[in-house]
Amino acid sequence: MAEAEDVKFKVTIDGIPVEVAPGTTILNAARQIGGDIVPPAMCYYSKLEGSGGKCRTCLVKVSKGSEKDPRPMPKLVASCRTTVMDGMEVQNITSPEVVEARKGVVEILLINHPLDCPVCDQAGECKLQDLGYEHGSADTRYEFDRRTFEQIDLGDKIQLHMNRCILCYRCVYVANQLTDQRVHGILGRGDHSEISTYIENIIDNDFSGNVIDVCPVGALTDKTFRFKNRVWFTKPVDAHRDCPTCSGKVTLWYKGEEVIRVTARKDEFGEVEEFICNTCRFDQKKTSDWILDEPTEIDSQSVISANHYELFNPPKVVKENPILQQQNREQLARTEKLK
Amino acid sequence: MQLSNRKKVIEQKPMTFSERIYFPAIIRGLRITLRHFFKKIPTVKYPEEIRPYSKNFRGQHSLKRDEDGRERCTACGLCALSCPAEAITMTAAERKKGEEHLYREEKYASVYEINMLRCIFCGLCEEACPKEAIYLDGPHVTADYLRKDFIYGKDKLVEPTFDITKLKS
Repeated sequence: MAEAEDVKFKVTIDGIPVEVAPGTTILNAARQIGGDIVPPAMCYYSKLEGSGGKCRTCLVKVSKGSEKDPRPMPKLVASCRTTVMDGMEVQNITSPEVVEARKGVVEILLINHPLDCPVCDQAGECKLQDLGYEHGSADTRYEFDRRTFEQIDLGDKIQLHMNRCILCYRCVYVANQLTDQRVHGILGRGDHSEISTYIENIIDNDFSGNVIDVCPVGALTDKTFRFKNRVWFTKPVDAHRDCPTCSGKVTLWYKGEEVIRVTARKDEFGEVEEFICNTCRFDQKKTSDWILDEPTEIDSQSVISANHYELFNPPKVVKENPILQQQNREQLARTEKLK
Repeated sequence: MQLSNRKKVIEQKPMTFSERIYFPAIIRGLRITLRHFFKKIPTVKYPEEIRPYSKNFRGQHSLKRDEDGRERCTACGLCALSCPAEAITMTAAERKKGEEHLYREEKYASVYEINMLRCIFCGLCEEACPKEAIYLDGPHVTADYLRKDFIYGKDKLVEPTFDITKLKS
């Protein structure tokens, strides 16, 4: 057994060699390298067992199967589900075939996705938005009406917009693996399939709020944050508290002095580090409930960094002058009187 | 220090008799003044009289309505994000049942404020708007006495409803 642990497979992704343990998927091997060569993933979630293989955005080209069998794989493969072999050579962004295929996948994902980003609360931290921006084309060739669904009420915490869903199944896995009972799932087949509860049921248990964090698009959003603000006007701060049910490590989203949203901490791939409970997410919205750690690190490419800062209390730009303030107040009072 | 070789030495002489009596100089000066009485005046009495504007003149913002008279703005915040002077603030609200004739989208701006003292009329908000809701097609922003009066709310910004049936009568 000790011998097996030492075995490492050598894989080359876009010309960058990396050594990984057997059984690792190509996507995870690429994530170990990091950077631009990591294939995007809409449905795969490393914390959720069995996820992946649905959205096809992580397609890569295997130009050399392995050291023993150097033939290339005949078709593009989903990197989140394909495990590495020793000596495998993978092409991601260096292959025009992959770039072209990914463009097609993005187009298919966007066929039924409504263009309501100005309304959607996920805008700014939406994976599909990033994907469409990086890989998609500006126009659609689809001439028919987009598929629409009726609103379903999931209680007062979670808002479901089925029109925006891309059927990644992440929320279903969350309910299966984190909570003791699942009340929602995919109903219908093919074009009619939709996330729903059967029959009108409220999703309510300690960890149900995590479906908001795992949703790559704006299909499941926080109802307590609904239309409160745009994410790029809020300032994320890492904080923690002693929580009896979860790790209590969260990101607080500040607007001024007010915490308007609490989410789990997310890593560079947009996946939560530790799932948090609903008490932390929905009920603890005061600064006094939390111990602040530091401002969250934000990718400089992200729109959220437009408002970002590195210090808790940035130095004042204007020196405060109480005499001037008093005089200004008096002048205002004088002018108001004359009106 | 000398930059070029061209150099003119100015010499000062005592005034001549004609200069000393000042009269010819005064008459010359008055002639210039009189000539200007008959010249075209370049100043314009704004706002009674308005000069022709360039087509791409950018004046006061207006929040547009669609063809049914509903507000186009959906409070997406892109204008505020693009604003280099950070002059725009807004608060979003959800459209209730029965308000479909007032607001175009599910979400609308309940408060929309532009600080006209901050605004530099660059037109980036116009460019950023995905809903074609804001245009800088108004007149000049007029002067006022108090700073707080320069914060224009929706009452000043949203364009008035336009009823084509009333236009005929």
